[in-house]
Amino acid sequence: MTHPSTTGPAPVLALRDVSKSFGAVRALRDVSLELFPGEVHALAGENGAGKSTLIKTLAGVHRPDSGQVLLDGAPVAFHGPGDARDAGIAVIYQEPTLFPDLSIAENIFMGRRPRRSLGRIDHKATHAATLALMRRLDVQLDPDRPARGLSIADQQIVEIAKALSFDARVLIMDEPTAALTGSEVARLFNVVRTLREQGAAVLFISHRLEEIFQICERVTTLRDGAWIASEPLAGMTEDDLVRRMVGRDLDELYPKQDVVPGEVALSVRRLTREGVFTDVSFEVRRGEIVGLAGLVGAGRTEVARAVFGVDRWDAGEVSVGGKALVNGAPSTAMAAGLALVPEDRRAQGLVMDMSIERNIGLTGLRTTVKAGLMDRGAERSRSLDWAVKLQVKYARIADAVSTLSGGNQQKVVLAKWLATRPDVLIVDEPTRGIDVGTKAEVHRLLSELAADGVAVLMISSDLPEVLGMADRVLVMHEGRLTAEIPRSEATEETVMAAATGRAAA
Amino acid sequence: MTVTTPEQAPVAEVPKEGATRLVDRVFKMRELAILIVFLVMIAVTQAGNSEFLTEQGIKDLLLNATILVLVAVGQSLVVITRNVDLSVGSTLGITAFAAGTYLQGGGDPVVAVVLAVLLGVGFGLLNGLLVSLGQVPALVVTLGTLYIIRGIDSIWVGSRQITAADLPDGFVDFGSGGVSAVPYLALIALAVLVATAYYLKHYGSGRELYALGSNPEAARLAGIPVRKRILAAYTFCGAVTGLAGAMYLARFGNVDSGTGSGYELTVVSAVVVGGVVFTGGSGSVYGAALGAMLLTSINSVLPALGVSSVWVLAINGILLILAIAVDRIVALRVASALKKRNARHA
Repeated sequence: MTHPSTTGPAPVLALRDVSKSFGAVRALRDVSLELFPGEVHALAGENGAGKSTLIKTLAGVHRPDSGQVLLDGAPVAFHGPGDARDAGIAVIYQEPTLFPDLSIAENIFMGRRPRRSLGRIDHKATHAATLALMRRLDVQLDPDRPARGLSIADQQIVEIAKALSFDARVLIMDEPTAALTGSEVARLFNVVRTLREQGAAVLFISHRLEEIFQICERVTTLRDGAWIASEPLAGMTEDDLVRRMVGRDLDELYPKQDVVPGEVALSVRRLTREGVFTDVSFEVRRGEIVGLAGLVGAGRTEVARAVFGVDRWDAGEVSVGGKALVNGAPSTAMAAGLALVPEDRRAQGLVMDMSIERNIGLTGLRTTVKAGLMDRGAERSRSLDWAVKLQVKYARIADAVSTLSGGNQQKVVLAKWLATRPDVLIVDEPTRGIDVGTKAEVHRLLSELAADGVAVLMISSDLPEVLGMADRVLVMHEGRLTAEIPRSEATEETVMAAATGRAAA
Repeated sequence: MTVTTPEQAPVAEVPKEGATRLVDRVFKMRELAILIVFLVMIAVTQAGNSEFLTEQGIKDLLLNATILVLVAVGQSLVVITRNVDLSVGSTLGITAFAAGTYLQGGGDPVVAVVLAVLLGVGFGLLNGLLVSLGQVPALVVTLGTLYIIRGIDSIWVGSRQITAADLPDGFVDFGSGGVSAVPYLALIALAVLVATAYYLKHYGSGRELYALGSNPEAARLAGIPVRKRILAAYTFCGAVTGLAGAMYLARFGNVDSGTGSGYELTVVSAVVVGGVVFTGGSGSVYGAALGAMLLTSINSVLPALGVSSVWVLAINGILLILAIAVDRIVALRVASALKKRNARHA
């Protein structure tokens, strides 16, 4: 079965045998998908399975290397996002794409504003139309307010209003619920149901499986860029879906070793950064992997940055191995044995144009020194040593890191920080956007480090990863630590409840 | 699962309105603040020297500001898109000389102005193409064209010089003439200013310039023709700089190969002092014009107060840094105010 079955009405939008590569990475391989009017279709797959690339192909951002995009059964070539939009395709991306300096009304109607004479924008009509959309979505947002400073949920609302504003025939939503609370999700689903009844085709992506079963009729599964199945959800169980997505047993992906925690390595007490996070206290012991879960924007990364000293804190204290750290001084944090693998490896973790050797060497600039000058030989052997240990796949160690795949880049960042032989390792989204194989390797590595007595604090939005790897799970919600859940009690439900503030007890 | 969340309905309206008004006020204040500084400075000078605001005094003040206002308006459009055009000084010099050479040969003044504008359009297109297609930082590209255009100018002009005596009397008279205290040139600059401001506010493509400066990636995803818009902004900047070149010729009547050297930095200062944010997406041409007025009138104010004009540059620098510092503080205040309101009413 290479093509999904074609019964009932003709698909509005379809992909046929589409492939797309970025350099050496094959993001999509012969993927087919059909979206029917009046149907909500789920797209399932792990991070890095190719979902985002598929969406961007439908949205006209990427053009397929081979295969076709079919609109109403006829092949089309979108030359840009504008073409796809004009064809009635609305996309809500995972990261809101708003213009912070412009008003909400302008954000919604950018490029398609009501006009009056001489082609001028009709500001009044824009304002009124925005108010009408807000009423339809049952929210109170001032159309003239700039988008800067909106909460993530409100930004998402603006994105949804944008999609509604041009009565899209196809609505594509990439994890629209990730940052929403329960009632906001319910409201969104009402809108989706209304659109479906009006005959729109909806493509829905969510990592919350229960949502897929709640609102979708059919599901297409991707794994490592390849099409796995397109089938009705009726009669399927969540386990069936997970098996298709992962293609292997979860135990293998999360090789967690049991350890007996040692003494406290990292202690954070009543840490507060005004307006960002408040009164955060926790401890991480040697040998432990502590997961830090929460929605995007809950303040997890900010806590990690403050602990490491990149940002200053306003109150509280941090100590490593019993010794208090200086506020806002990463170099003393490093000297005390702390390492931070940042969330955005391209912007914060690596110097993309520099070689693998030099990137790993960056953390050793003060130690691999001879008579005040860099000891290139020592730097090279130190870097080689760690690149080999972490099984980084490269042609030459002098190659720029930008030539590596995402997973191998992540290994270089890890190598860079492991080379400092830290006592406490903070990893922020360690496996975001890397393939399943490398993901399992990173997990194995973290597990081994913990077994060797390193205290690991792992920030992750990937819930199965948190559940599979962490000895304890800390959950943040809107800048506060709302729960601490031991491994035995941590489930998707308990963690999500705390992360969305439903069980803030 | 058919919930219609009525519990949210009556809560948020009032405070969000408040937040909007706060932001509005701050942005309006930004231009208002420059206007007030400007007026206070003029008033103080007038108080210290009653000869300052004579008809001729006002006329000189406006004439001095006119050319900078014009180029600052063009530059604003480019800066709003998160780019910069450093070649405006060179463009001003070469277009002024081109118009002068044509007039020297007995040409028609109107054609001379058109010629200068077209030459400016050409250089604007060149900059726009290099920036939008080359995907190279605008700072570097236009630094390159700054030198290239100046180089061409030097080769072409050599040690020649155009003086007012070489130009038709009507052209030179127009350059210094006006309706009582208001010079004709200032009226032209005002017309360009008002038209540009109107375009930016009321036309889709104008708002798209702000959009793509505010978030380039989102602009691409929203289907905005990013390259076309950047090209248009540079072309417009080139065109008004060409117009400014012709006006420079009419005003001073004196052009050589060094005309306009270093002018780009004055223009960028005026734009930034006027509140056009260097990282794009925000600011207005009215602000930029006020910034230009403020910077040029310091040149007249100091001598009128008996202060040596060697202070002018230092004071311009202080104004620039003050403007950026104030912008930064205001931005932080507004951000935290909005955040707090959100937190309270979430």
